[in-house]
Amino acid sequence: MDSFDFFRPPILTVTALSSYLRELLETDDVLRDVWVKGEISNFTQPRSGHLYFTLKDADAQIRAVMWKNSAMRLTFSPRDGQSVEVHGSMSFYPAAGQAQLYIDSMQPIGEGVLFQEFLRLKNKLETEGLFDQDRKRTLPRLPQHIGIITSASGAALQDILNTLNRRLPLARVTLAPSLVQGIEAPASLLKSLDSLNQIEDLDLILLARGGGSIEDLWAFNDENLARAIYNSHIPVISGVGHEIDFTIADFVADLRAPTPTAAAELATPITINDLYIALQTAQNILDDTINQAIATRSYQLELRNLDLRRLSPIQRVNNAIQTLDVLRDRLERTIQSHVQQLRVHLQHLDSRLETLSPIAVLKRGFAIVNDVQSGKLVSQAGQTSENQAVQVRFAEGKVPAVLNPSNQEKL
Amino acid sequence: MTDTQPANYEAAFAALQEIISKLENSELSLEESLSLYEEGKKLSDQCAKLLEKAQLRVTTLGEGSQVISED
Repeated sequence: MDSFDFFRPPILTVTALSSYLRELLETDDVLRDVWVKGEISNFTQPRSGHLYFTLKDADAQIRAVMWKNSAMRLTFSPRDGQSVEVHGSMSFYPAAGQAQLYIDSMQPIGEGVLFQEFLRLKNKLETEGLFDQDRKRTLPRLPQHIGIITSASGAALQDILNTLNRRLPLARVTLAPSLVQGIEAPASLLKSLDSLNQIEDLDLILLARGGGSIEDLWAFNDENLARAIYNSHIPVISGVGHEIDFTIADFVADLRAPTPTAAAELATPITINDLYIALQTAQNILDDTINQAIATRSYQLELRNLDLRRLSPIQRVNNAIQTLDVLRDRLERTIQSHVQQLRVHLQHLDSRLETLSPIAVLKRGFAIVNDVQSGKLVSQAGQTSENQAVQVRFAEGKVPAVLNPSNQEKL
Repeated sequence: MTDTQPANYEAAFAALQEIISKLENSELSLEESLSLYEEGKKLSDQCAKLLEKAQLRVTTLGEGSQVISED
């Protein structure tokens, strides 16, 4: 057994083997400077900024790394499924035990030609003024009828319909189903745009497509489509691909939305909630106005009522009655005072009369004699006759008497 | 005053706004004010009803129309 030891190759550690492999790969003339084409999968971009993914084709795959300083120079955002052409070098990554392609530059396949074409058309149309801001049509604030050009089966359509139904379910929608990728797509899009332009009351057109590769979106870079958008008499909002994708259709559209959902949002600046608020406000104004009108009239009525009360004939009658009372009172008092005066005067006369009264003389002891028959005063003895019936009146009472002339005395 | 009901929300709301500005800006008799108010109230109720029952109506060219329900 020991005799074989001499012929046995040296035993390598894993590290030593890995180092050997690495050296082998890094010194190979082909592998040091290699162009590879393939499709990206398992793409990740951690916070470090380095890109990690697998390049694959139908039968094989290889791990690939692109360091941050190279990744920063990329002119596009790589994503899974994208076909790319890369340049770099092979090496071995001992920690994972795998050979890796270290990429220093990468571009989507076909981008070269397509991108040139894109730039050429963009410049041409821009020079012609198709992108001018001042010829962008004003978008309706509250579209009642919205046209949509997109694939009838795509997620973009569902996103748009859900968004519209959430924000403005009052709207009517007309879908012009269209091919959105492939060689027949531009003609299909044109036909849809033309059909929607025939609709009299259409307010707005959404031109939309979900995300995809630059080839997938290529139909939206069609020159005829661009001119048709320019000539559309209905305003067009584009929402093609993802936020990073720009197409000719986006430039010529009246408004470019980053995604189909965003296009539906931009199409409905006023939502049903805004309408509820506006309606509530209108109802309040309506109520306030009529309440105000009624209140004003109530107030005026109240004022007139006061006037009426002030001007009422009852008041005048009452005033007349009061005047009458005053006059009556004065009359009463005047008469009273006059009567009083007369009474005082009478008393005065009375007392004077008293002093002159014969009764007073009688009280001093004199008496008055009257002839009964004639009633005349008997003031002289010579006038008397025998047995003449007289009446003697004293201060208090009177006495009948018969005169006896034999006792007559001469006065 | 007309008694015809506008068919869509925008027309109904526009009519409501017109009635409000008439109510606000004109010298009207109480009778006229009240009749405008009643008309406005009707339109406002109609608007509220239209908002409540609103559902996106989708017509597909070459096919027909359908109503989108919430998913």
